[in-house]
Amino acid sequence: MTAQSAAGADLIATTLRVLIPVALALVAGGLILLALGKDPLGYYGFVVQRSLLRWGGAQETLTRMAPLLLIAAGLIVAFRAGIWNLGGDGQFLLAAVTSAALAPALIGFLPRGPTLVVCMIMGCVVGALWSLIPALLKARYGVNEIITTLMMSFLGVSLSNVLIKLVLRDPDTTVPQTRSLAVDDRLPRLFGTSIHCGLLLAVVAVILTHLMMTQTAFGLRLQVLGANRAAAVHAGLRVERLTIVAFALSAGLIGLAGAVEVLGVWGTVRADWNPAFGLLVVPLVFLARFNGYAVIGFTLFFSALMVGGESAARRVGVPQHYVLVLVALLLLFLALTEYLDQSRRKTSPPES
Amino acid sequence: MAALRHITKRFPGITALDRVSLEFRPGEIHVLLGENGAGKSTLVSLLAGMQQPDEGEILIGGAPAVIDSPRRSMDLGIGSVFQRVLLVPSLTVIENLMLGGSWLKTLARAAALRRFEELSALLGIRIDPGAPLSGLSLGEQQQVEIMRALWRDEKLLLLDEPTSMLTPQGVADLGRMMRRLRDKGVALILITHKLLEAFAFGDRISVLRLGAVAGDIGPERLSTMSEAERTETVIRMMFGGEAGMAAAAERGHEDELAILLGRKLRRANTVDRSKPSTLAARALSTAPDFAETPLREVSFELWAGEVLGIAGVDGNGQKHLAEALAGQRPVRHGRIELGVTDITRGRVPQRRQRGVRYVTDDRLGEGTVGTFSVATNLVLKEIGVFPYWRRGISNWPLIYRSAREQIERNDIRTPSELTPVGKLSGGNVQKVLLARELDADANVAILNKPTYGLDLHNQRLALDWIVAAAARGVAVIVISTDLDELLEISDRIGVMFQGHLAGIVDNDDGAADKIRRLMTGAAAA
Repeated sequence: MTAQSAAGADLIATTLRVLIPVALALVAGGLILLALGKDPLGYYGFVVQRSLLRWGGAQETLTRMAPLLLIAAGLIVAFRAGIWNLGGDGQFLLAAVTSAALAPALIGFLPRGPTLVVCMIMGCVVGALWSLIPALLKARYGVNEIITTLMMSFLGVSLSNVLIKLVLRDPDTTVPQTRSLAVDDRLPRLFGTSIHCGLLLAVVAVILTHLMMTQTAFGLRLQVLGANRAAAVHAGLRVERLTIVAFALSAGLIGLAGAVEVLGVWGTVRADWNPAFGLLVVPLVFLARFNGYAVIGFTLFFSALMVGGESAARRVGVPQHYVLVLVALLLLFLALTEYLDQSRRKTSPPES
Repeated sequence: MAALRHITKRFPGITALDRVSLEFRPGEIHVLLGENGAGKSTLVSLLAGMQQPDEGEILIGGAPAVIDSPRRSMDLGIGSVFQRVLLVPSLTVIENLMLGGSWLKTLARAAALRRFEELSALLGIRIDPGAPLSGLSLGEQQQVEIMRALWRDEKLLLLDEPTSMLTPQGVADLGRMMRRLRDKGVALILITHKLLEAFAFGDRISVLRLGAVAGDIGPERLSTMSEAERTETVIRMMFGGEAGMAAAAERGHEDELAILLGRKLRRANTVDRSKPSTLAARALSTAPDFAETPLREVSFELWAGEVLGIAGVDGNGQKHLAEALAGQRPVRHGRIELGVTDITRGRVPQRRQRGVRYVTDDRLGEGTVGTFSVATNLVLKEIGVFPYWRRGISNWPLIYRSAREQIERNDIRTPSELTPVGKLSGGNVQKVLLARELDADANVAILNKPTYGLDLHNQRLALDWIVAAAARGVAVIVISTDLDELLEISDRIGVMFQGHLAGIVDNDDGAADKIRRLMTGAAAA
């Protein structure tokens, strides 16, 4: 077999390993819909129609991808380095509040471009800062970061609300929220659509992250750290420093997602607003096996489900959370396919 | 007591056992001898209930038995003791022994203690049942393993390479225990690849070769043979008769035969100690870490082209010595000098740049990243270094090309340079490590148990690498628990005892006795 046809066969096998679970998840999800007395084909048809086929819906789907992709980029960095940063929501929200507070204040002194750039940078910085405590605890004392990032996430979400309600509140509104950034001052739209340029930024960020992880010495160091910490020590890597940098990069990208969502879509943050994207993206990143290109596809799929599912909730009467059921089923079937595939070629004699 | 009838077990690509028939009798120590890969471990896993035979049947007490789980194996009166200790270190001896009980019943400590006394008398050993397991020596832990294996019933005891981690004294104790059990009518199966053990303990010796029984020497014949006759007969079986012996010699396997027949010093002592030393440790101490023994004021000098063996019972500070010298463990007091340079504060990359190399004994645990390719593992300690990386960007084509060259040059058996290193056999993983560490720029090399877990052929290769490196002028430290191996390749041998370097002896006649004394903590003679 030539290298090329082997690579081709590989690609087909990989694609099948993704498509089969997707199909199975849709079928199993359909059965659940049937059990609920809904028409599955009608539901799926509606979702596709609403989120992809209709131009307005498609724009909404693509816009939704921007924060998800940036979060995915952040999670890929962390997960590949063996760091389970589950504090995305806190990092996201604090960065969102920071940029929402800064942008209307800065726009008076600075032109639109620099204002947006400063806000995005500050989003990154705040996100990264919020990961510092878990990072130090993990690097110095080996404290489990799943616990610490989750705890910091709750604190971050609460702190955001406190800031909005007590400090940053716009006196002109009845509902507590930050001062709004005028629509014309938000992130520029792409080619006369309603999609803001954050999507472009996000796609570039995911691709750059992927290239960084696979094509640079730094990325390989992070991967060694993630795959075998003892080997990282053995090879003389600066494990503590790498851990902290990986945390900062991860949380910084997630912070950028928060800034982009505010600067591109909302222009303000209302109290108690929490889209909880941070945890939603985790399964997508696993589905994509930490691969940057694959994550773009899964994010598109998920955004479409979300956008379609939201209107389906109103029009077809299937709860919006059904989308999460589908993602869960997808994960289950992916794991199952993987397991069957492994046991099919499981083979080696016992160690001698 | 137990018998195998025409047992065949296949794995994809190989037939691990090919119509093997064996009979294990009560009151007999039956040695199964064979190289790694001869099928010994597969046989063990069949009897222990971890694998099922593809063909043939196992008879227990004359009746066919299906051993489909380790629990079933125990129910049938088969007790297994594996190479590694499979007990819980934080529990006491008696708690460990009660673990196998039914989990619906409350723990019957009194009954357990009675059984403990019974077995202690049977084995002729004394261990405090209330002592935490982690406080026991490896030999004592193994005695507890044997008790656990006999806990339910004392019909058949299976010992898989039980001596691999014991001191000479521990081996002697084990031998005495096995004979006591045999005299009480227990059927014992001893699996080993060491010829001398087979002769010392075996009533009956069966030789496995390539998954088949190559020969069988019963007690009557064994007792009438002289040592030389036994050796010759067994070796002939292991290598497949006269033709096999000739072929083995032709393939350059005399060295493997030499390993089986006992070793002798292979290196002329030509180290020039009038020059300044290459590496010097000055009163080196490390901080204790969990249960590991730290270094205490270890000092020695090492010259170019010299092999310094480090002997000692496992866990006497050898690991800390290797790690401190390699730069992956901080030094608390003392200094390390490389030539005239103080490298005590240098980290692994700086030391590596100066030619310090470390082959760890934990090949998959820390030496390599199992899920990464062979190629990546070959450059694992060079990440970011020119020419494989330019300004931080990976030059994968170059990394792969260089990996292919090294695979070719060092005869690493792998489907390709992209194969995950974890899929290679132990010998080939070690070749990857040796290729990475004993490269042309090596200056000082520390090797921790370089032959541990390898088959004869790969043991030989690893020792050859070391000898060749020393001949090139590398200053070599070899840490090993296998004294024969150290006597074979070392110029001098140091002994670690409780974190101290108890002494360094020249490798000449009588070295072995001095070293054994030092290993037990007796002051240097």
